[in-house]
Amino acid sequence: MALNNFLILSAFLFCTGIYGVLARKNAVLVLMSIELMLNAVNLNLVAFSAFNSPTQSVRQAASGQVFALFVITIAAAEVGVGLAIVLLIYRNSRTADLDQLDEMKG
Amino acid sequence: MIVLGANVAVNVVFWILAIAIAAAAIGVVRSPNVVHAALFLVVVLAGIAALYILLAAEFVAWVQVLIYIGAIVILFLFGIMLTRAPMRATGDLDNSQRLASAVVALFLFGVIAALMVDAYGDKEIKLNSKLVAVGNTHNIASAIFRDYLVPFEVVSMLLLAALVGAVVIARRD
Repeated sequence: MALNNFLILSAFLFCTGIYGVLARKNAVLVLMSIELMLNAVNLNLVAFSAFNSPTQSVRQAASGQVFALFVITIAAAEVGVGLAIVLLIYRNSRTADLDQLDEMKG
Repeated sequence: MIVLGANVAVNVVFWILAIAIAAAAIGVVRSPNVVHAALFLVVVLAGIAALYILLAAEFVAWVQVLIYIGAIVILFLFGIMLTRAPMRATGDLDNSQRLASAVVALFLFGVIAALMVDAYGDKEIKLNSKLVAVGNTHNIASAIFRDYLVPFEVVSMLLLAALVGAVVIARRD
Protein backbone atom coordinates (compact mmCIF):
# COMPACT_ATOMS: atom_id res chain seq x y z
CA MET A 1 0.00 0.00 0.00
CA ALA A 2 1.47 3.32 -1.02
CA LEU A 3 1.05 6.01 1.63
CA ASN A 4 0.24 8.47 -1.13
CA ASN A 5 -2.92 6.63 -2.16
CA PHE A 6 -4.44 7.35 1.22
CA LEU A 7 -3.19 10.94 1.35
CA ILE A 8 -4.55 11.81 -2.09
CA LEU A 9 -7.90 10.15 -1.41
CA SER A 10 -8.03 12.17 1.79
CA ALA A 11 -7.16 15.39 -0.08
CA PHE A 12 -9.95 14.59 -2.56
CA LEU A 13 -12.47 14.12 0.27
CA PHE A 14 -11.34 17.36 1.91
CA CYS A 15 -11.74 19.33 -1.31
CA THR A 16 -15.14 17.77 -1.98
CA GLY A 17 -16.13 18.94 1.50
CA ILE A 18 -14.89 22.46 0.75
CA TYR A 19 -16.90 22.50 -2.46
CA GLY A 20 -19.98 21.39 -0.52
CA VAL A 21 -19.53 24.04 2.17
CA LEU A 22 -19.18 26.77 -0.45
CA ALA A 23 -21.82 25.66 -2.94
CA ARG A 24 -24.67 24.24 -0.85
CA LYS A 25 -27.26 26.50 0.65
CA ASN A 26 -29.20 24.09 2.85
CA ALA A 27 -27.68 24.30 6.35
CA VAL A 28 -27.92 20.53 6.98
CA LEU A 29 -26.04 19.83 3.73
CA VAL A 30 -23.30 22.26 4.78
CA LEU A 31 -22.91 20.32 8.04
CA MET A 32 -22.66 17.07 6.02
CA SER A 33 -19.86 18.59 3.93
CA ILE A 34 -18.03 19.54 7.13
CA GLU A 35 -18.26 15.87 8.14
CA LEU A 36 -16.57 14.92 4.85
CA MET A 37 -13.68 17.26 5.72
CA LEU A 38 -13.34 15.86 9.26
CA ASN A 39 -13.29 12.34 7.85
CA ALA A 40 -10.52 13.29 5.44
CA VAL A 41 -8.43 14.45 8.39
CA ASN A 42 -9.13 11.22 10.28
CA LEU A 43 -8.06 9.13 7.29
CA ASN A 44 -4.77 11.05 7.21
CA LEU A 45 -4.18 10.50 10.92
CA VAL A 46 -4.82 6.75 10.73
CA ALA A 47 -2.73 6.36 7.56
CA PHE A 48 0.24 8.07 9.22
CA SER A 49 -0.28 5.97 12.34
CA ALA A 50 0.03 2.81 10.22
CA PHE A 51 2.95 4.30 8.30
CA ASN A 52 4.87 4.99 11.52
CA SER A 53 4.04 1.68 13.20
CA PRO A 54 7.23 -0.24 12.14
CA THR A 55 9.63 2.46 13.35
CA GLN A 56 7.98 3.47 16.61
CA SER A 57 6.82 1.48 19.60
CA VAL A 58 3.27 0.26 19.08
CA ARG A 59 1.97 2.57 21.80
CA GLN A 60 3.55 5.62 20.19
CA ALA A 61 2.16 4.61 16.80
CA ALA A 62 -1.32 4.38 18.34
CA SER A 63 -1.20 8.15 18.90
CA GLY A 64 -2.55 8.82 15.42
CA GLN A 65 -5.54 6.59 16.09
CA VAL A 66 -6.15 8.24 19.48
CA PHE A 67 -6.23 11.60 17.73
CA ALA A 68 -8.68 10.20 15.19
CA LEU A 69 -10.90 9.11 18.09
CA PHE A 70 -10.72 12.61 19.57
CA VAL A 71 -11.69 14.12 16.22
CA ILE A 72 -14.65 11.71 15.97
CA THR A 73 -15.77 12.76 19.46
CA ILE A 74 -15.50 16.44 18.66
CA ALA A 75 -17.33 15.89 15.36
CA ALA A 76 -20.20 14.33 17.31
CA ALA A 77 -20.32 17.34 19.64
CA GLU A 78 -20.13 19.71 16.68
CA VAL A 79 -23.02 18.03 14.86
CA GLY A 80 -25.14 18.08 18.02
CA VAL A 81 -24.64 21.80 18.62
CA GLY A 82 -24.74 22.60 14.88
CA LEU A 83 -28.07 20.88 14.31
CA ALA A 84 -29.49 22.54 17.44
CA ILE A 85 -28.50 25.92 15.97
CA VAL A 86 -30.02 24.98 12.59
CA LEU A 87 -33.27 23.99 14.31
CA LEU A 88 -33.32 27.29 16.22
CA ILE A 89 -32.75 29.23 12.99
CA TYR A 90 -35.50 27.23 11.30
CA ARG A 91 -37.88 27.93 14.18
CA ASN A 92 -37.17 31.66 14.12
CA SER A 93 -37.12 32.31 10.38
CA ARG A 94 -39.00 29.28 8.93
CA THR A 95 -36.16 28.43 6.59
CA ALA A 96 -32.90 26.47 6.65
CA ASP A 97 -31.75 28.24 3.49
CA LEU A 98 -28.48 29.99 4.26
CA ASP A 99 -28.91 32.51 1.41
CA GLN A 100 -32.01 33.92 3.05
CA LEU A 101 -30.38 34.47 6.44
CA ASP A 102 -29.07 37.97 5.84
CA GLU A 103 -30.34 39.89 8.88
CA MET A 104 -26.78 40.90 9.77
CA LYS A 105 -26.11 42.36 6.34
CA GLY A 106 -25.52 46.09 6.85
CA MET B 1 5.03 -15.12 -3.19
CA ILE B 2 2.18 -15.23 -0.68
CA VAL B 3 3.20 -11.79 0.59
CA LEU B 4 3.09 -10.43 -2.96
CA GLY B 5 -0.38 -11.96 -3.47
CA ALA B 6 -1.66 -10.39 -0.26
CA ASN B 7 -0.24 -7.03 -1.31
CA VAL B 8 -2.03 -7.18 -4.66
CA ALA B 9 -5.29 -8.11 -2.93
CA VAL B 10 -4.91 -5.18 -0.51
CA ASN B 11 -4.34 -2.79 -3.41
CA VAL B 12 -7.36 -4.09 -5.32
CA VAL B 13 -9.53 -3.66 -2.21
CA PHE B 14 -8.13 -0.16 -1.70
CA TRP B 15 -8.96 0.95 -5.23
CA ILE B 16 -12.49 -0.47 -5.12
CA LEU B 17 -13.11 1.35 -1.84
CA ALA B 18 -11.44 4.54 -3.04
CA ILE B 19 -13.58 4.73 -6.18
CA ALA B 20 -16.75 4.04 -4.17
CA ILE B 21 -15.82 6.68 -1.57
CA ALA B 22 -14.94 9.31 -4.17
CA ALA B 23 -18.15 8.71 -6.15
CA ALA B 24 -20.29 8.82 -2.99
CA ALA B 25 -18.52 11.99 -1.77
CA ILE B 26 -19.43 13.69 -5.04
CA GLY B 27 -22.95 12.37 -4.50
CA VAL B 28 -23.07 14.07 -1.08
CA VAL B 29 -22.23 17.49 -2.50
CA ARG B 30 -24.09 17.19 -5.84
CA SER B 31 -27.23 15.17 -5.09
CA PRO B 32 -30.44 17.14 -5.73
CA ASN B 33 -32.19 15.22 -2.94
CA VAL B 34 -31.31 15.91 0.70
CA VAL B 35 -32.11 12.42 1.93
CA HIS B 36 -30.03 10.86 -0.84
CA ALA B 37 -27.12 13.09 0.20
CA ALA B 38 -27.39 11.69 3.74
CA LEU B 39 -27.42 8.14 2.35
CA PHE B 40 -24.37 8.88 0.15
CA LEU B 41 -22.70 10.10 3.34
CA VAL B 42 -23.33 6.63 4.84
CA VAL B 43 -21.47 5.07 1.88
CA VAL B 44 -18.52 7.44 2.39
CA LEU B 45 -18.37 6.74 6.13
CA ALA B 46 -18.65 2.96 5.70
CA GLY B 47 -15.95 2.99 3.02
CA ILE B 48 -13.63 4.92 5.30
CA ALA B 49 -14.33 2.43 8.11
CA ALA B 50 -13.28 -0.34 5.72
CA LEU B 51 -10.09 1.59 4.90
CA TYR B 52 -9.35 1.80 8.65
CA ILE B 53 -9.59 -2.00 8.84
CA LEU B 54 -7.21 -2.17 5.88
CA LEU B 55 -4.80 -0.04 7.95
CA ALA B 56 -5.15 -2.43 10.95
CA ALA B 57 -7.05 0.21 12.96
CA GLU B 58 -10.03 -1.96 13.80
CA PHE B 59 -11.03 -0.06 16.94
CA VAL B 60 -11.26 3.26 15.09
CA ALA B 61 -13.20 1.48 12.34
CA TRP B 62 -15.88 0.23 14.72
CA VAL B 63 -16.06 3.56 16.53
CA GLN B 64 -16.57 5.13 13.10
CA VAL B 65 -19.43 2.73 12.35
CA LEU B 66 -21.07 3.23 15.75
CA ILE B 67 -20.67 7.00 16.15
CA TYR B 68 -20.84 8.22 12.56
CA ILE B 69 -23.21 5.80 10.86
CA GLY B 70 -25.13 4.93 14.00
CA ALA B 71 -25.50 8.35 15.60
CA ILE B 72 -24.44 11.27 13.40
CA VAL B 73 -26.26 10.19 10.23
CA ILE B 74 -29.42 9.61 12.29
CA LEU B 75 -29.00 13.13 13.71
CA PHE B 76 -28.72 14.43 10.14
CA LEU B 77 -31.89 12.61 9.11
CA PHE B 78 -33.66 14.12 12.12
CA GLY B 79 -32.33 17.53 11.15
CA ILE B 80 -33.64 17.07 7.59
CA MET B 81 -37.01 16.00 8.93
CA LEU B 82 -37.35 18.78 11.53
CA THR B 83 -36.36 21.57 9.15
CA ARG B 84 -38.93 20.23 6.64
CA ALA B 85 -36.38 20.01 3.85
CA PRO B 86 -38.02 18.80 0.62
CA MET B 87 -37.86 14.99 0.58
CA ARG B 88 -38.05 14.79 -3.22
CA ALA B 89 -35.40 15.90 -5.67
CA THR B 90 -35.26 19.65 -6.09
CA GLY B 91 -32.86 21.85 -8.03
CA ASP B 92 -32.87 24.41 -5.23
CA LEU B 93 -30.07 23.14 -2.97
CA ASP B 94 -27.07 24.90 -4.50
CA ASN B 95 -26.33 28.61 -4.45
CA SER B 96 -24.96 30.69 -7.30
CA GLN B 97 -21.29 30.17 -6.34
CA ARG B 98 -21.07 26.65 -7.79
CA LEU B 99 -18.48 27.41 -10.45
CA ALA B 100 -16.24 29.49 -8.18
CA SER B 101 -16.46 26.80 -5.48
CA ALA B 102 -15.46 24.11 -7.98
CA VAL B 103 -12.46 26.20 -9.06
CA VAL B 104 -11.39 26.74 -5.44
CA ALA B 105 -11.78 23.03 -4.59
CA LEU B 106 -9.91 21.85 -7.71
CA PHE B 107 -7.10 24.34 -7.12
CA LEU B 108 -6.73 23.25 -3.49
CA PHE B 109 -6.79 19.58 -4.53
CA GLY B 110 -4.06 20.22 -7.08
CA VAL B 111 -1.89 22.00 -4.52
CA ILE B 112 -2.34 19.35 -1.80
CA ALA B 113 -1.89 16.43 -4.21
CA ALA B 114 1.29 17.93 -5.71
CA LEU B 115 2.63 18.56 -2.21
CA MET B 116 1.86 14.99 -1.08
CA VAL B 117 3.43 13.43 -4.18
CA ASP B 118 6.49 15.61 -3.66
CA ALA B 119 6.83 14.79 0.04
CA TYR B 120 5.81 11.10 0.21
CA GLY B 121 6.18 10.01 -3.40
CA ASP B 122 7.60 6.51 -2.91
CA LYS B 123 6.76 5.75 0.74
CA GLU B 124 5.03 2.43 1.39
CA ILE B 125 2.90 1.52 4.39
CA LYS B 126 4.36 -1.66 5.89
CA LEU B 127 2.25 -2.69 8.82
CA ASN B 128 4.05 -3.80 11.96
CA SER B 129 3.56 -7.58 12.08
CA LYS B 130 3.23 -7.54 15.88
CA LEU B 131 0.40 -5.06 15.55
CA VAL B 132 -1.42 -7.10 12.94
CA ALA B 133 -1.07 -10.28 15.02
CA VAL B 134 -2.50 -9.03 18.34
CA GLY B 135 -4.77 -6.24 17.14
CA ASN B 136 -4.60 -2.63 18.08
CA THR B 137 -7.26 -2.04 20.73
CA HIS B 138 -4.87 -2.89 23.53
CA ASN B 139 -2.36 -0.28 22.30
CA ILE B 140 -5.05 2.38 21.92
CA ALA B 141 -6.22 1.73 25.48
CA SER B 142 -2.66 2.12 26.83
CA ALA B 143 -2.10 5.25 24.76
CA ILE B 144 -5.35 6.88 25.93
CA PHE B 145 -5.03 6.01 29.61
CA ARG B 146 -1.29 6.63 29.94
CA ASP B 147 -0.21 9.29 27.43
CA TYR B 148 -3.50 11.06 26.75
CA LEU B 149 -5.37 10.81 30.05
CA VAL B 150 -5.82 14.57 30.55
CA PRO B 151 -6.99 15.26 26.95
CA PHE B 152 -9.38 12.31 27.33
CA GLU B 153 -10.97 13.87 30.42
CA VAL B 154 -11.08 17.29 28.73
CA VAL B 155 -12.89 15.74 25.76
CA SER B 156 -15.44 14.17 28.08
CA MET B 157 -16.08 17.61 29.63
CA LEU B 158 -16.41 19.05 26.12
CA LEU B 159 -19.00 16.41 25.23
CA LEU B 160 -20.94 17.22 28.39
CA ALA B 161 -20.84 20.93 27.58
CA ALA B 162 -21.96 20.26 24.00
CA LEU B 163 -24.82 18.08 25.26
CA VAL B 164 -26.06 20.74 27.69
CA GLY B 165 -25.52 23.45 25.08
CA ALA B 166 -27.51 21.58 22.42
CA VAL B 167 -30.40 21.07 24.86
CA VAL B 168 -30.37 24.75 25.89
CA ILE B 169 -30.20 26.00 22.30
CA ALA B 170 -32.92 23.73 20.91
CA ARG B 171 -35.28 24.06 23.90
CA ARG B 172 -38.63 25.70 23.31
CA ASP B 173 -39.35 28.18 26.08
